[in-house]
Amino acid sequence: MNDQRAGSPADPTEPVRPVLRLSGVNKSFGPVHVLHDVDLAVRPGEVTALVGDNGAGKSTLVKCIAGIHPVDGGSIHFDGEPVRITSPKDAADLGIEVVYQDLALADNLDIVQNMFLGRERTRGGLLDETDMERAARDTLASLSVRTVASVRTPVSALSGGQRQTVAIAKAVLWNSRVVLLDEPTAALGVAQTRQVLDLVRRLAERGLGVVLISHNMNDVFEVADRIATLYLGRLVAELPTRDTTHAQVVELITAGRSGDLGLPRAENVAL
Amino acid sequence: MTQLSPNSSSGEERTEPTDGFAIDTTRRTTREALGDYVARLRGGQLGALPALLGLLTLFVVFTVLSDRFLTLGNLANLLGQGAGIVVIAMGLVFVLLLGDIDLSAGTASGVAASVLALHLVNNGNLLGAMGTAVFLLFCGAIVLAVVLALMARLWIGAGLATLGLLLVVLGVPANPWLEILLAVCVGTAIGCLTGFLVARVGIPAFVVTLALFLAWGGVVLQFVGVGGTLGLRDDVLFAVANGSLPVWGSWLFALVAVLGYVALGWGRHLRQVRAGVVTAPTPLVLGKLGAVVLLALVGTWLLTLNRSPNDQTVIAGVPYVVPIVLVLLVLGTLVLDRTRYGRHIYAVGGNREAARRAGIDVVKIRMSVFVVCSTVAAIGAVIYSSKVGSVDPQAGGGNTLLFAVGAAVIGGTSLFGGRGRLRDAVIGGTVIATIDNGLGLLGQPAAVVSIVTGVVLLLAASVDAVSRRRAAAVGR
Repeated sequence: MNDQRAGSPADPTEPVRPVLRLSGVNKSFGPVHVLHDVDLAVRPGEVTALVGDNGAGKSTLVKCIAGIHPVDGGSIHFDGEPVRITSPKDAADLGIEVVYQDLALADNLDIVQNMFLGRERTRGGLLDETDMERAARDTLASLSVRTVASVRTPVSALSGGQRQTVAIAKAVLWNSRVVLLDEPTAALGVAQTRQVLDLVRRLAERGLGVVLISHNMNDVFEVADRIATLYLGRLVAELPTRDTTHAQVVELITAGRSGDLGLPRAENVAL
Repeated sequence: MTQLSPNSSSGEERTEPTDGFAIDTTRRTTREALGDYVARLRGGQLGALPALLGLLTLFVVFTVLSDRFLTLGNLANLLGQGAGIVVIAMGLVFVLLLGDIDLSAGTASGVAASVLALHLVNNGNLLGAMGTAVFLLFCGAIVLAVVLALMARLWIGAGLATLGLLLVVLGVPANPWLEILLAVCVGTAIGCLTGFLVARVGIPAFVVTLALFLAWGGVVLQFVGVGGTLGLRDDVLFAVANGSLPVWGSWLFALVAVLGYVALGWGRHLRQVRAGVVTAPTPLVLGKLGAVVLLALVGTWLLTLNRSPNDQTVIAGVPYVVPIVLVLLVLGTLVLDRTRYGRHIYAVGGNREAARRAGIDVVKIRMSVFVVCSTVAAIGAVIYSSKVGSVDPQAGGGNTLLFAVGAAVIGGTSLFGGRGRLRDAVIGGTVIATIDNGLGLLGQPAAVVSIVTGVVLLLAASVDAVSRRRAAAVGR
């Protein structure tokens, strides 16, 4: 992993070099132009919130980065190097991990088994349960997860927040560089949302680049360092959270602009 | 389970990672572990318990009603009668774990059995036995299976099917061991076809295997001939389900099995303790090992006593089906519990989409379980044909498949996928064989046997459904 842990959260006015940079990304589904020239930078040690109304293209953007939909045009740079992401495997190989809204966990398996799903460690052809259990426990411990009775608990016995925690911890276990979270708090209660947001913050503190999709402005303002707003497939603004207000973001989401910020008068945008 | 910590809302005050999760425990006392077990039972995770209790009840009832039930001769006979169903059910567990079903496993095993019998009776000349057209179609089907397996990169399946093709084409003279191998290879080839149709083409397993159930039944009829019966006059083939190990061999086998089991179980426990990972309490592990060892030794002792009904002959020793079933059980359990392949089967059965996103080749896994199922069913076919001593046009038809599915379900395998173990098939198969055997001793007609078996299966399915609802209620 990179050694960004000490330097974060970075000063947004002097950004560190992005680990992942999208420039001029376009994506169409047939005649429907979903993403228009999207530029987005994900920096290590920062949480970038991706907001926008329903249908603005947030999920499509995430799926493009995750390799589920290949992009039609534009370029993607990872660590400054141009890369092509055409399959989920490409993304995983680069260290891009996606935590999906509908939780990709198997209920009948326990926490350890789920965290290593598809990438099990073996010794002599057989599963190395001891090694996997230790690694899973160490990872959860390093993330200060203290609400799980045992790493051998089946996922079906976990609460929504705990499941989300396991899904996120899985990303850390794989030494990912970039983690994309699609609405991680959508179905959670107050206390559980708290846990997951803490975890998101901790991911950034470990030097990961985090992209958080959320509809909840409170969540966004609490954990995000930067807020990127999508409006009808265009990335209309990417602003440091500290320079932004609730009202501005809501205007950007609903109208695509707010005062000097946003869409139509590009020459006036002051960043 | 969740606590709202007041100091965690902003970055500076957040607590540092500590040295582990405070509540996570790797050691429990025996009392806690037993308490957990009771809690799990109450929570609806019954496992094999209902089937074991049912088996016990059946034993008690039949012992009371029939003075011949609890005799050594009958118990040994019971093992031979149940083994075919048990083995087919073990293969079916693989398919059931994915939430699929293979209705054709019975008649597919019948095809394997009839090819075996044809090959034996005609001394390897399948061309002459089948007629040119049928023989060419048969070979073509196997070639197709090989190609499909290669396309799906199922190397073992393709290898076995190719071997089967070679045995068929070369026309090697009859040899019981080659015969058994041929039956297994034919099973593999059938599985490749079924798996392709379900996993690649995407036809629901129920429809594919229902169609194949009918088709394979017809193939058996074609091979054996209407009204015909192919007798298996061969010592080795007869011994599979009717013979026994010699007494010294029985003890040697028991010793090897027991020592191996204890060494593996205890070694694993010690490793877990040393590594500090989650493990069962030592007294429980010892108790479990001790109980199995005791059962194995008592069973071996009983089976090495003379169980001959008359004074002229001596019948003693562990029946061959016991090591056969045991080896399959151990191998299969090893594959399911300790290999990536087995883990992926459970994952696909639990949440197909999650497995796909985790990079598991779901199509390949789905296809492979049908190959496993048919291959193992062919082994079951060898056993039941050996028990009967012949192959008739009904081989693998009738109740074979439904009894096998029933065995897996009675043992505790869920029809919804993701839950089940191979030992479920063994326990459930024993239940079904016991019903069949016990009612037979009581002189009940086939009608009663079918009705009782059906009722028991319904009972098992109800237990599954109720425990599932209960499990949903307590969130497990």
